Amino acid sequence: MSDITNILLVGVGGQGTLLASEILSEVFMRAGYDVKKSEIHGMSQRGGSVVSHVRYGREVFSPVVPEGEGDILFGFELMETYRYLPLLRPGAAVVANNYRVPSPSILLGQETYPEGLEGKIRSHFPDFLLVDGLRLASEAGNPRVANTVLLGAVSKRIDIDEKFWLAAIEKMVPPKALEINLRAFGTGRAL
Amino acid sequence: MKEILSGNEAIARGAFEAGVKVASAYPGTPSTEILENVSNYASIDSSWAPNEKVALEVAIGASFGGARALACMKHVGVNVAADPLFTASYTGVGGGLVLVVADDPEMHSSQNEQDSRNYAKFSKIPMLEPADSMECKEFTRLAFEISEKFDTPVMLRSCTRISHGKSVVELHEPVTGLPEPRLVKDPRKLVMLPGNARVRHPIVEERIVNLSTFGDSLPINRAEYRSEEFGVICSGVTWQYVREALPQASTLKLGMVYPLPMNLLREFASKVKKLFVVEELDPFIEEQVKSMGIVVVGKEIIPLCGELSPGRIRAAFANTGITVEPAAPMAVDMLPVRPPNMCPGCPHRGMFYLLNRLNAYVTGDIGCYTLGFMHPLNAMDTCVCMGASISNASGIVRSLPVEEQRRVVAVIGDSTFLHTGVNSLMEMAYNNAPATVIILDNRITAMTGRQENPSSGYTLAGEEAPVVNIPNLVRALGIKHVVEVDPYDLPASRKALEEEMARPEPSVIITNRPCCLIKGECRFEKGKVLEVDQNSCTGCKACLAIGCPAIEWKPDASGKKGKAWIDPLLCTGCTVCQQLCKFNAIK
Repeated sequence: MSDITNILLVGVGGQGTLLASEILSEVFMRAGYDVKKSEIHGMSQRGGSVVSHVRYGREVFSPVVPEGEGDILFGFELMETYRYLPLLRPGAAVVANNYRVPSPSILLGQETYPEGLEGKIRSHFPDFLLVDGLRLASEAGNPRVANTVLLGAVSKRIDIDEKFWLAAIEKMVPPKALEINLRAFGTGRAL
Repeated sequence: MKEILSGNEAIARGAFEAGVKVASAYPGTPSTEILENVSNYASIDSSWAPNEKVALEVAIGASFGGARALACMKHVGVNVAADPLFTASYTGVGGGLVLVVADDPEMHSSQNEQDSRNYAKFSKIPMLEPADSMECKEFTRLAFEISEKFDTPVMLRSCTRISHGKSVVELHEPVTGLPEPRLVKDPRKLVMLPGNARVRHPIVEERIVNLSTFGDSLPINRAEYRSEEFGVICSGVTWQYVREALPQASTLKLGMVYPLPMNLLREFASKVKKLFVVEELDPFIEEQVKSMGIVVVGKEIIPLCGELSPGRIRAAFANTGITVEPAAPMAVDMLPVRPPNMCPGCPHRGMFYLLNRLNAYVTGDIGCYTLGFMHPLNAMDTCVCMGASISNASGIVRSLPVEEQRRVVAVIGDSTFLHTGVNSLMEMAYNNAPATVIILDNRITAMTGRQENPSSGYTLAGEEAPVVNIPNLVRALGIKHVVEVDPYDLPASRKALEEEMARPEPSVIITNRPCCLIKGECRFEKGKVLEVDQNSCTGCKACLAIGCPAIEWKPDASGKKGKAWIDPLLCTGCTVCQQLCKFNAIK
């Protein structure tokens, strides 16, 4: 199965992991690959921890990435990025937003947001890019396009022509938000 | 043309291509998006039903009229729809009739993980099980052909990973030349009086034998020979996992999981030295294969509970020497858990806070409000199935001393009340059970992603619809004490709860705030965003007791004291926290 690339998108319900995984799938299909993706809706959303699986290659069987075979982890939130590291193979790439969402127990003051996650992630996975998504998105014109900045950064780690990325974004993003999303994607790709 | 579709989108597309005319469903994860997508096809009359039994009966009726008809539901919905299902097996169909059921192994969003394949065997109808989105579409089309060819309802079984997974689908044009629906009288076949039903039963038995023979040469039942050493019988998403985990295995992929193709199975078994069945949940195929006298290994090594995955299959086969034990996953530090939570501004939150404070014993129900179980609200004591909150409350009060009877409160949402709660409340009123019921009317079926229902004022297509007047309905059922409250008004809500809980008669409290996620006119309106005045806040933590995601405890440098802070991006201005602050610090 070495011709399959496994991508995991992790974050907090409502952060937009679903749309990002849709765009990725569209890119891979346009580039001529077989694609499968899997995620959980419903009770697991509502601010809970979420993980989407996207796989592409010549022929993909399981829609779920086998444990320990993830090639790229695309993290929307720092603690969730760390939580799902065991799904990755040694030497995998990690691209994550430096964004923190407190869990219920942290909001209540019963626990604190864990410290030192960046160093811990890097010690396991040297190919780790931590992106200040909110700042870069604001600079691109709107803090809401942070995910697209991240997507641009992820695209640099996937050997697929840029035109497929741009076409997929054009299809999946509302027309009035297209220009700013393309700008945000370019920002991420230049990182 | 190729598109990436979810299994649910592909089933909807398959229904369109099959020329379906009528589709009905009640929302339920992971099945909900099927009907939502069917509603995009103008050629199909699609609608939400109040519950799954009604949905299936609508589809059966349409089929009797000669139309191809579809009903969709989650696995537990089939329990509700089982009554018409078993008799529709006897009547057979007019136009093709397909019941799509989406199972939820691992219970990502369900109260049990029952295996719907048993329903096909129990009701003696065929069941197809697709393994990806392309098969979802093609099997839906095939299901209608089988339904008409064999005069039987057909079940199509999906699961969470198929319904909510996406893969590439080749689209086709819809079929043409289907007969136009019209009334045809055939009472001996469709009126299931004992005399007629006795005639139908042998036909049903013969049909299932014929379907098994049909399955022997059905292309979706596919033997693929690789290793002669061992073969695996599997179906659906499990086939994908097996291909991934055991690439050398010969496989018999069953597209029709009931009835089993006996001759094909025997042939496959004879061509491999060792035979396995890999299936999620029950040993459904395994038991039938064993009853044919074929030696097979199944649940001795494959888990009975939860989802399978390539990793779980590799681990299961490690003991047979076929695979090596997967390496243990890398260890990471313990982290705070991140369970789901009610949204900021959710109109349910204040009621659960009060139920906690009033030491109520809360019989719960199925919906977002089941999250009232979570800390710090901790205000739910039972939750069984749709509508059970009210009947459970009615039952529990019967043997309790009076002072404990008063603590019993049933909590149910508007959609769940209309689903099966109405019958339960009828029972409670009829038999004068002294419990209190709260109907959390947020004008939508929220948990499954905000679907319309008979009291929301809109249809599936978004058209205006008659509105069930819940207070009047409750009164019509015989409840004398009906109170409507604004759940954002904590003093008024507390007063209503205290009065109705104390009352030794059945009573109903109805809340009147819409779900804060509903968009559109005359629905949710955001209030003034609140903030904590850091000078007035004493750090008493009273506002934290409602567990609102917008309120965060900010400890000071010592870590021992601190103050509350409201995230302005999350706050909806519901004011519930403000009413709890004794120091007027929330403004």
